[in-house]
Amino acid sequence: MKPEYEKYFRNNLPHIWCAGCGHGIVMSAWARAVNQLGLDKDQCVAISGIGCSSRITGYIDMHTMNTTHGRALTFATGVKMARPDLNVFVFSGDGDGTAIGGNHFIHACRRNIDMTVVLMNNNIYGMTGGQFSPMTPFGKKATTCPYGSIDRSFDMAELAKGAGATFVARSDIFHAKHLTDMIVAGFNHKGFSIIEAVSSCPISYGRRNGTPDPRDMMDNIKEMCVMKAAYDKLSDEEKANKIPIGILQQIDDAPEYTSEYEKLVERVQGGAK
Amino acid sequence: MAKKSYDVQVVSKLCKACGLCVHLCPKNVFDRAKDGRAVPARPEDCIGCGTCELHCPDFCVETKEKEGE
Repeated sequence: MKPEYEKYFRNNLPHIWCAGCGHGIVMSAWARAVNQLGLDKDQCVAISGIGCSSRITGYIDMHTMNTTHGRALTFATGVKMARPDLNVFVFSGDGDGTAIGGNHFIHACRRNIDMTVVLMNNNIYGMTGGQFSPMTPFGKKATTCPYGSIDRSFDMAELAKGAGATFVARSDIFHAKHLTDMIVAGFNHKGFSIIEAVSSCPISYGRRNGTPDPRDMMDNIKEMCVMKAAYDKLSDEEKANKIPIGILQQIDDAPEYTSEYEKLVERVQGGAK
Repeated sequence: MAKKSYDVQVVSKLCKACGLCVHLCPKNVFDRAKDGRAVPARPEDCIGCGTCELHCPDFCVETKEKEGE
């Protein structure tokens, strides 16, 4: 590991993720982003829920919380409200973020509270044995849908946009440098920033869907993810199997929650403080 | 200008033999050992692009430019 960002880790590697798991790549991209931003680790909080993705807080050396399933955003909201001076990172997975914590997710988007959320999308509940999640693509197999999922899947970016998130970006594990850039851009945005990191799960997802080899999953992701500018130029037929990556929405003039709260306190106390 | 050379290291204690670095390296620097772990067999071919480092999920590959050559 490069000494520049080794300081952000607890020195308890190897991690529990399977061979070829994309989450390790997301963790390394995140470490590069933090190093690029030059953050003091004592001024940072990393919060996660439950799941493969949420194991990340066990490896990084900051103030960390590994909370209940789907509730990472609620704990993060509490931390940010109590200590607005801290930098809050939230790590979540597709199941943790959009199913079990789905309600918290949309309301955190709506409130526009200043934090950076990295949602690692591996299309499956990996840790609990490969159940299908709301982001498992239509027709794909999982332990709880052995004949293929008949649920239509969430597009996380559209969901976040609809819920009013002020910074929505997407990147993937093949474009790892781009992922770092997106995390840096998300951090620099004042307000709620969500970055979807398209990740891979060769064991629980790939094995059941014809790509048990992490190298094949990587090639598929490379094929599937195209930069937003290039994606916009594609015809509707070409768009069918592609997803855009890059900054998908950025609104800079929306009121931020903690600063609004501060103003409220000041107003109600009538300057008596 | 002299060609830059790089030192390629794999911490085999951390390597889980996923093969991503071997697959993605544009210069075919790595070989796989019998147990599937990556071995930097041809470090002299390395161009220092950093692809292996960026895509190693287990933080075990590192490339560094050699100094004073």
